[in-house]
Amino acid sequence: MKTIHLNKKVPVALIMTAAIAATLGLGGCAANEAAGNSPTTDAATTGGTSLSGTLNAGGATSQTAAQEAWRAGFQNANPNVTVNYDATGSGTGKQNFSQGGYLVAGTDVPYTAAEASGAFASCATGSTLVEVPVYISPIAVAFHLTGIDALNLDSSTIADIFTGQIQTWDDPAIAALNPGVTLPSTTITPVHRSDSSGTTENFTDYLAQTAPSAWPYPAAQSWPSDLAGEAAQGTQGVRETLSATTGAIGYLDASQASDLGQASIKVGSSWVAYSAQAAAAAVEASSMDAGRASTDLVIDLDRTLTDPTTYPLVLVSYMVACSQYADPNDGALANAYLSHIVSSSAQQAAAQNAGSAPLSQTLAARDASVVGAIK
Amino acid sequence: MSHISARPASLPPISLPRRVTAHVAHLLILGLFLIALAPLASLVVTVVSRGWSRLDPTFFTSSMRGVVGAGGGALHAIVGTLLITLAAVVISAPIGIAAAVYLVEYGRGALARALTFLVDVMTGIPSIVAGLFAYAVLSALLGPGARSGLAGALALSVLMVPVVVRSSEEMLRLVPSDLREAALALGSPVYRTILRVVLPTAAPGLVSGVMLGMCRIVGETAPLLLVAGFTDSMNYDLADGRMATLPVFIYSQWQNAGRDHVAYENRAWTAALVLIAMVFAMNLAARLWSSRKVR
Amino acid sequence: MTIAFSDMTASPTRTLGSSGRRVSRFFETGSRGVAVAAGGVVILALGGVTVFLTVQGWPAWTAASGLPQNASSLWALAGPLAFGSVWASAIALVLTAPISVGVALFLSEYAPRRVARVLGSVVDVLAAVPSVVFGLWGLMVLAPMLAGPYAWLSAKMGWFPLFSGQSSATGRTILTAAIVLSIMMTPIMASVCREAFTQTPQALREAAIALGSTPWEVIRLAVLPYGRSAMISGCMLALGRALGETMAVAMVLSATPGLVSLQVLTSSNPNTTAAFIAQNFPEAHGMQVSALIALGLVLFAITFVVNAVARRVARPRKEA
Repeated sequence: MKTIHLNKKVPVALIMTAAIAATLGLGGCAANEAAGNSPTTDAATTGGTSLSGTLNAGGATSQTAAQEAWRAGFQNANPNVTVNYDATGSGTGKQNFSQGGYLVAGTDVPYTAAEASGAFASCATGSTLVEVPVYISPIAVAFHLTGIDALNLDSSTIADIFTGQIQTWDDPAIAALNPGVTLPSTTITPVHRSDSSGTTENFTDYLAQTAPSAWPYPAAQSWPSDLAGEAAQGTQGVRETLSATTGAIGYLDASQASDLGQASIKVGSSWVAYSAQAAAAAVEASSMDAGRASTDLVIDLDRTLTDPTTYPLVLVSYMVACSQYADPNDGALANAYLSHIVSSSAQQAAAQNAGSAPLSQTLAARDASVVGAIK
Repeated sequence: MSHISARPASLPPISLPRRVTAHVAHLLILGLFLIALAPLASLVVTVVSRGWSRLDPTFFTSSMRGVVGAGGGALHAIVGTLLITLAAVVISAPIGIAAAVYLVEYGRGALARALTFLVDVMTGIPSIVAGLFAYAVLSALLGPGARSGLAGALALSVLMVPVVVRSSEEMLRLVPSDLREAALALGSPVYRTILRVVLPTAAPGLVSGVMLGMCRIVGETAPLLLVAGFTDSMNYDLADGRMATLPVFIYSQWQNAGRDHVAYENRAWTAALVLIAMVFAMNLAARLWSSRKVR
Repeated sequence: MTIAFSDMTASPTRTLGSSGRRVSRFFETGSRGVAVAAGGVVILALGGVTVFLTVQGWPAWTAASGLPQNASSLWALAGPLAFGSVWASAIALVLTAPISVGVALFLSEYAPRRVARVLGSVVDVLAAVPSVVFGLWGLMVLAPMLAGPYAWLSAKMGWFPLFSGQSSATGRTILTAAIVLSIMMTPIMASVCREAFTQTPQALREAAIALGSTPWEVIRLAVLPYGRSAMISGCMLALGRALGETMAVAMVLSATPGLVSLQVLTSSNPNTTAAFIAQNFPEAHGMQVSALIALGLVLFAITFVVNAVARRVARPRKEA
């Protein structure tokens, strides 16, 4: 039977408090943060040239690595500003922006023209919606085959592989496109995203526009559920599954495909491997989506380009803002941050960290004129 | 803790089949234990071997503010996890234990039935749903886009309270009725009996239940991403602004790696290592404390 | 087994003096009030979640378009996902129940006390490993390790319905997901069982020993019957975690939404409700958000049914 001692009390809370105290003692402030820039500094007192305050943003996960680079550059230049970017997904990002939770938001799927003319909580009356393309990411069709680093695959062959019409790597359809390559008889394991994503939407849009007979599905954020194949969570899940499985093929952000074999896609009559310039060129060659405000720079991507200097399998991600904010301080912050994002140095930094394609000069100039007018 | 004592010598010898059964059972139970430990061993080996490379001082003295690519640390996330977890425990433990006391010692009628019903249902709540709920409440109270560590702690409490109630309830029911009756017979009022007899007797189990609840929430990602948000910078203020935590840090480092994905993955594994070590230390401390208190 | 105070009609507080009685009554009411208030807070919070899920998910129940996966109705979406949740959790429970009881018995009955304390903490820590880390481990370590054995099982035992079909080349099947889930469930169930086993009254043990029992017979006669309710409770807590688990399943499982299949070794597996919510929520908008929240409510209903059954089994005499 138990004896009960009531007086020996060393509360758990005390132990935890000690642990916390130890941590705080270890670094009252992080070594890389200057003493002056308390990240919770309350909102903006825009004095002179220096900005201060907190800019909360969020949305598309695709932009996360680029946002990291943009944020770092911007915060180093404006030490009294803290920028946060929650990678919550485009849908949540837009919802938060509409309700005023985010000052600016990132999205892979722009507002429809009808939605864009609606009301947004942070915007002043009479403001129009600002949507600017800021992040161009080529999508690679990547595979894992021992000894083969590059293959030519046209869109109908890619569609046949992902719909299960082509089951082995030595299928005549693949061999015909790749003379001189010794293809193994390995079974093909097609890998797609299990979560809904802008990458899947752009990939399926590419197949639907360029190979409508082999790919009878519409462009969609989630993979057609009647297709078999391996499903993986997120870009990293796809990359991990591809690198662990011989014979696997999948689509993912090109920046994450460097360890894998990559397919060149057919543009016009030439084979084009992905490159940053070709991806940016494809976006520039596409026309603007019609029927929108002059600040709403949504691009209608043309996947059927025939110019061999373009790589039309790209994802374009946007930043959303108001042309005029109800609070001028918010406007100043949004203006400064978005202007930073479309600057060539920030675009280069994103290319370094995220492997994105920097905006072409024409696009960057068009973006800059719009975001520079935000107030 | 009680053990199976030596067999009285006066009894006749045990027959062979019974001896064999006893040995087989012993080996089987040992075997099951080892089977349970195998994945843990594999997990720990994986986490340690992958997390080792970034287990350097910088990791504990830096945040991620201004860091691109390799480098940086997780001090902001370590502090955030400690503060938010502590806040969640401070909220959930008293409420959960008191609710269990109510169910076991007082509870009859509609309120008790409703409580039992809801606690049962809530043990299976997906964490993202708890996050959505906390987010909806937060938006209604503080306006959209409000983020704070305290809100994160509240979302985690929604997940933690059912675990604490359910396990505490079980432990309180195990307190022998003889003890309660003896105390009451000595003239002790009910509240004193609960405070001085029932709760202390059940203390190790209650601590274990709270630890279980804490373990359940300390690794949660989805609700924290929704309501506590994510930031690169330090934040000591639970009530104001975004606060990074280790699970969200791990998640975002893995899921949204930049081009040099190995640097991001290493940070994620190191953060996992630190989180596991922290929980292990807290768990051991609580267990030592509770077993010293009652023997 | 327990007698609650409310059952004891004769109050012994009469022995106190009149002022003592008043103070005592004050505390009495106070402590009861605290307990009731705590119960009330829990009901308010948890009831709030239920109301929230019902209200926010309401439009999706009657919608015929705009649903995720272009489903024709919410039921078409929810049915297969509910099956996936239950199926994965059931496999996991079958795996985890004997192991957890074994762990608890080992720690409470066989291991030396000091060793048991440390090992107990080690097992508990498994409960705190973030889902993401379990997911990473399952994806990078476990699944590739299992792909070989799966191919063998499918080749040698393909006649057995569960093992039929083309085995997955990546090992990321529902069986792998269930194994990961069972590893996540073990510490929860083991912890609850161990606490109960160590609480077995010494008198019961001694009675068994006095009858000449071997250690196993002590367990069978005294420890297991005493811990029965706790074992079922532990199962339920563990099952709760398995049903609600999102990230680990999402990362490990190669799922085809809308599929109902009992094959456990193929690339095409039913998805679980929680994983589906997590995978689709970030990009969801409008009706899709409502549908995902409604799916959360479905998961609630499943958990409730499972728990209600368990309550009945665990304490059949109570509340009769």
